[in-house]
Amino acid sequence: MQITGAELLIKCLKAQGVDTIFGFPGGFAINIYDALHQDGTIRHILTSHEQGAAHGADGYARATGKVGVVMSTSGPGATNLVTGIATANMDSVPIVAITGNVPLSMLGRDSFQEVDITGVTMPITKHNYIVPNVEDLPRIVAEAFSIASSGRKGPVLIDIPKDVQIAPYEYSEDKLIKMKTSLPKKPSKESLAKMAAFINKAKRPLIYYGGGIISANASKELAAFAEKLDSPTTCSLMGLGGMSSKHRLFVGTIGMHGDLRSAQALKTCDTLIAIGARFSDRVAGDRKKFAENIKVAHIDIDKAEINKNVRVDASLVADAKVALKALLPLIKQKNNKEWLAEITKNSAKHTVAKSKADPNPKHIIELIRELSPNNQIVATDVGQHQMWTSQFFKFYRPRTFISSLGLGTMGYGLGAANGVAVGTGRKTILITGDGSFHMNMNELATACKYNLPVVIFVLNNRTLGMVRQWQTLFFNKRYSQTNIEQKTDFVKLAEVFGAKGFRITSNAEAPAIIKKALAQSVPVVVDCQIDTDEFVLPMIPAGKTVDDIITNPELN
Amino acid sequence: MNQRYIISVLVNNQPGVLTRISGMFSRRGFNIESVTVCETEDESFSRMTIVMCGDEFILEQILKQLAKTHDVKKVTHLRESESVFRELIMVKIAVKPAKRRELIEIANIYDASIIDLSPNSLILELTGIPSKIDGFLLVLRSYSIIELARSGVSALMRGERTIKEVNDIG
Repeated sequence: MQITGAELLIKCLKAQGVDTIFGFPGGFAINIYDALHQDGTIRHILTSHEQGAAHGADGYARATGKVGVVMSTSGPGATNLVTGIATANMDSVPIVAITGNVPLSMLGRDSFQEVDITGVTMPITKHNYIVPNVEDLPRIVAEAFSIASSGRKGPVLIDIPKDVQIAPYEYSEDKLIKMKTSLPKKPSKESLAKMAAFINKAKRPLIYYGGGIISANASKELAAFAEKLDSPTTCSLMGLGGMSSKHRLFVGTIGMHGDLRSAQALKTCDTLIAIGARFSDRVAGDRKKFAENIKVAHIDIDKAEINKNVRVDASLVADAKVALKALLPLIKQKNNKEWLAEITKNSAKHTVAKSKADPNPKHIIELIRELSPNNQIVATDVGQHQMWTSQFFKFYRPRTFISSLGLGTMGYGLGAANGVAVGTGRKTILITGDGSFHMNMNELATACKYNLPVVIFVLNNRTLGMVRQWQTLFFNKRYSQTNIEQKTDFVKLAEVFGAKGFRITSNAEAPAIIKKALAQSVPVVVDCQIDTDEFVLPMIPAGKTVDDIITNPELN
Repeated sequence: MNQRYIISVLVNNQPGVLTRISGMFSRRGFNIESVTVCETEDESFSRMTIVMCGDEFILEQILKQLAKTHDVKKVTHLRESESVFRELIMVKIAVKPAKRRELIEIANIYDASIIDLSPNSLILELTGIPSKIDGFLLVLRSYSIIELARSGVSALMRGERTIKEVNDIG
């Protein structure tokens, strides 16, 4: 049977199990969209902007664990994906981006809507392709999905010139190639024994885990491992939800706005065991001083992470689930009761100044937690609201905290929340700030169009709060360009898009309004009018160590 | 301590691979001193020989970053004791017929050849290990060099072993 390249692409995508695509059509993707229409079995989510589609595929992938797919036309369509692809790359999220391009014969001639998107995305993808020939399509699509979803996951881009889309292809079902899902390799006995011996030597081991636990679905194995070591356990923000916040060994997140308990544990441990984490500068601060007087072990699926940021004393290159399962019988049961009590006691000595704000953003986040189920998924944008969410919304399950962490992409949240809602069919909460929300609020139109169950809380302080916080602390209160003071009425805005709008102006009215917002069957925007000078605390200033922690800005 | 390392990389012979590799070097702040690329005995692969400067930790990072690049099939650090290295240089020198003899003498000492001759210039060609090339160039500096081209280093492991048998990086 003769079909076109575009039709073949749809068949190839279906062979990889794709049932949902986020995207936006255009001149050089029109044949693919036509094939998509004719096929009619793949759900396509049309966003307002390609960036929202890329974040949608990313949110979909983070929440479901499946590969997210985003599609766009050439040129501006493709470049609009770039921030989304870079976001996925930094947080190791498996997405496949498909872009149309001008015909091969027109490439390199600065044709209309031509951009060298493989060149542009080379540094921000795990790998990318330009399809030179329709015959290569089945192989390239299968490869792209297997690269995106194996090892350390990440984005892959496939650029398909228009003539490849319309090229005739002699199709038969046996020509379709399915992605290779290679199971993670088990590390050698020797390397496991070495790591186990190293861990067994530790008297006060602190576990620091990251997104690798979530990506490998290794929450159970992590809990068993931590319980056997009886070891306090902290995580990077990428790891939030990997261990339940209720777990007795969980001491909160580590890093710039980490928990005082994890800071105390880090100060007093003799060994740090990093699992599926990469010692980012937001965790390590001054990487040369981080953990300089203790032993460090590192378990990671990406060999290049070993000794990249922090030099370690022992390492094991493996998938987190496989490694923890194999290590469990090799490590000795420990009892750290006294040390754990000491951590609790000593961290309680430093307290973060209690906020008197009304309405109080931290209180609002705690209320949202109380009023939503244990498996509630929360997406965020980037800034103070994001850090408050990490601190005050307690996460109990993996894949419930959806946030741009490595790249710190303001404007990520709404697109991602839409993707989560599409992928899970569940009520999705977005906690955002007025700065971030303004960036890509066009995607509210998408949420309304598909009537996605998205509830948006805008922590509206009329300023770019995180930058303002730095300006207050480190720039002598020179508030350069952070007072946004937009006149946007978020309640009216919600209604214009077809959503419902509510407003919270005091702590007293917060519970009733949050309840009402969560009970709606249409997208909701809640304008939470919070104070301009509420801080995220504690804080370890950039490039500093845990000894420089700020708990009360008035004392510093 | 910074020193020079030579890395041999077997890559897919496809457009864009050189950009992918050189882009990774510049993005991560690693320096390339020289790079040579050419198709191998198997036309589906190219071999890149990269000379870089750095300490052992930078070398470790580069090897690991190369190894995880999709188009890279094999990567290995070539140790001087276990490998042979060669580089080619061509030097064009402005020289009047009266002074040619001196240059011919130098060429003989180094086993270099004269591959082009004109009334007022000649081109010398030499193949050898990089330090020999450096020495050759040092001697020629006292003449009037008009232009020169250096190929960068090519290298192979000694003995029967090939890069295809390298199991792990480093």
